[in-house]
Amino acid sequence: MDTNIIQAAIPKFIEGFKVTIWLSLIGIIGALIVGLICSLLQYFKVPIVSKIISAYIELSRNTPLLIQLFFLYYAFPVIGLKLSATFCGFIGLTFLGGSYMSEAFSGGFNGVSNTQIDAGKAIGMSRRQLARYVVFPQGLSLSMPALSANIIFLIKETSIFSVIAIPELTNTALDLIGIYYRSNEYLLMLVIAYAIILIPLSIVLTILERRVRYGSFGN
Amino acid sequence: MDHLGTSVLFAGNNFSRLLGGLWTTIWIALLALLIGLILGTFLGMMRTFKNRPVRLILRLYLEFFRIVPTVVLLFLAYYILPRQLNINLPAEQVAVLTFALWVAAEFSDIVRGALISVPKHQRESGLAIGLTHWQLFRYVLLPQALTLELPATINLATRVVKTTSLLMLISVMDVINIGQQIIEANGQSHPNGIFWVYGLIFFFYFIVDYPLSLLAKKLNAANQH
Amino acid sequence: MAKEILRVEKLNKFYAKQQILYDVDFSIAQGEVLALLGPSGSGKSTLIRCLNGLEEFSTGDLFFDGQKMVPTEKNWQQIRQKIGMVFQSYDLFSNLTVLENIVLGPIKVQKKSRSQAVQIATRLLKRVGLADYLQTYPRQLSGGQKQRIAIVRALALHPEVMLFDEVTASLDPEMVRGVLEIIKELSEKDNMTMIIVTHEMNFAEQIADRVLFLEDGHILENTPSKQFFVNSQTERAREFLESMKF
Repeated sequence: MDTNIIQAAIPKFIEGFKVTIWLSLIGIIGALIVGLICSLLQYFKVPIVSKIISAYIELSRNTPLLIQLFFLYYAFPVIGLKLSATFCGFIGLTFLGGSYMSEAFSGGFNGVSNTQIDAGKAIGMSRRQLARYVVFPQGLSLSMPALSANIIFLIKETSIFSVIAIPELTNTALDLIGIYYRSNEYLLMLVIAYAIILIPLSIVLTILERRVRYGSFGN
Repeated sequence: MDHLGTSVLFAGNNFSRLLGGLWTTIWIALLALLIGLILGTFLGMMRTFKNRPVRLILRLYLEFFRIVPTVVLLFLAYYILPRQLNINLPAEQVAVLTFALWVAAEFSDIVRGALISVPKHQRESGLAIGLTHWQLFRYVLLPQALTLELPATINLATRVVKTTSLLMLISVMDVINIGQQIIEANGQSHPNGIFWVYGLIFFFYFIVDYPLSLLAKKLNAANQH
Repeated sequence: MAKEILRVEKLNKFYAKQQILYDVDFSIAQGEVLALLGPSGSGKSTLIRCLNGLEEFSTGDLFFDGQKMVPTEKNWQQIRQKIGMVFQSYDLFSNLTVLENIVLGPIKVQKKSRSQAVQIATRLLKRVGLADYLQTYPRQLSGGQKQRIAIVRALALHPEVMLFDEVTASLDPEMVRGVLEIIKELSEKDNMTMIIVTHEMNFAEQIADRVLFLEDGHILENTPSKQFFVNSQTERAREFLESMKF
């Protein structure tokens, strides 16, 4: 273990760190938006669209991100659609994460108990009002654990971006290993970098889950 | 010359090579699962013990695998085993080992969760009729936990299958690596081939994982009734 | 004879292939209190839930204020404002405060102004002795408090009929009385029309004008309450009453 090597590599890791954070952030936001829209369309059982969404969810959840990225980055140019690596990463993470987030939201919405829905119907609320005032607020707090698990999962998935040469953390480390042939230092830094992102985040998410649960939940 | 590019898939022995690659992918996933589930069962049981240091170590083991992305785990094993520990394993075995340890970590949490959700009086009535702790696990708790944990276990299996897509990164001749070779060899004659080869691999993964997720969903729904 | 509010004609209900209710016929007049009694699984809850459309019925007719009910979702939303319902599991909306639970219907469904709705809520809460709990969340309340608020939530829409589905079945024994007293007062002071599913025989005897006795989806008796508890017409009803005693 050579501390000089570690020190010298810090600036490069900071660059990779920024890329990982930035792509995770926009990818997760994209995934949350796609997921929320899909779960709402499925909740209201919009004809045909629901079927298309189900197909999307199954395709996205049951195939690896790596192949999804290869498709976007290497195969799409053949049919005339050339996208930058970063943009492919964003699209890939949104495509993958959208289905996971949609399932998390739907799980929450479907988890709202039938008796709560009956109580809403009994005071004359329409399906839309019921959704807005009862099912969504309660469903969102129910879906929090799954949402935060997905957030962690998606951040880890950005490591796969290294296969299309996006200079995020893993790619940075692998590049450095390739150039200087020192694996211990760079791998250690890589693990620590992920720990710096994920440990505080999972603590924050756990606290948030508890807040949501005790803030507006429980009969 | 065809314009579709699909002929790449069937030219020469390409299709059977791809199937061979798929088989490599599948056996690595199966072996890793088998080892990981067995190890994970023991770790999960140990996590319900009263011994604090054991629980802490196992918890740290789990958190390590939760925090470090699988790609990084794979490279850790790939570089550290030969260079630090002087263990030179073929890439396939490195992959099996890494995935198995990862599966064991995840599964230990599933097992623990299922075990502690078995009602307390079940454990007490077991002890009351004079079962030893091991007999209690073997005949009462594990069978009950099994039905609870089955959907999560199948979901874990689908994740393992998807994660095998990373095998190409450590030069295992898996379905993706073979696909890339075919694409490169036919790039001149079939520029569209890339689309079909990746399309086929995409489809391969889907037909392996989709039935599994469907099964997990069904079991989950059944458990909730 | 008081005006008829609700009439049920030849109501049948199937669940998959199984028949739950058989040719149910009855009516209820303004101010009348009807107790729906019978062993568990007799179809009481299903029947009461058919009356405000929480369960669909298979064949038969419902009449409200002499008008035949066409069971569409839109019509039910209208009718439900006139039929308040209280459930066994209280089911206050767990994401809303007590006040928001009560004003939700008046504001969103009946389009009343917020100040008007808050006024109604405060008055009703005072009446059930819970005026201090406006900003409390349901999880901070006892079962008895929740159930009293659930009654207020239904009353806030000014219903013509109230349906009570086993409203004391989940309560601790010491909470039961407070809830039952409110129901009794509703009948005595407000002359509220009510249909009550309950296992509290003493309460039913005190409050009900008439008893519908249900078994296996059939109405076996439709008898004035005084007569039912003293001298039921059917052997089954007598056995049932006997089984409820210690």
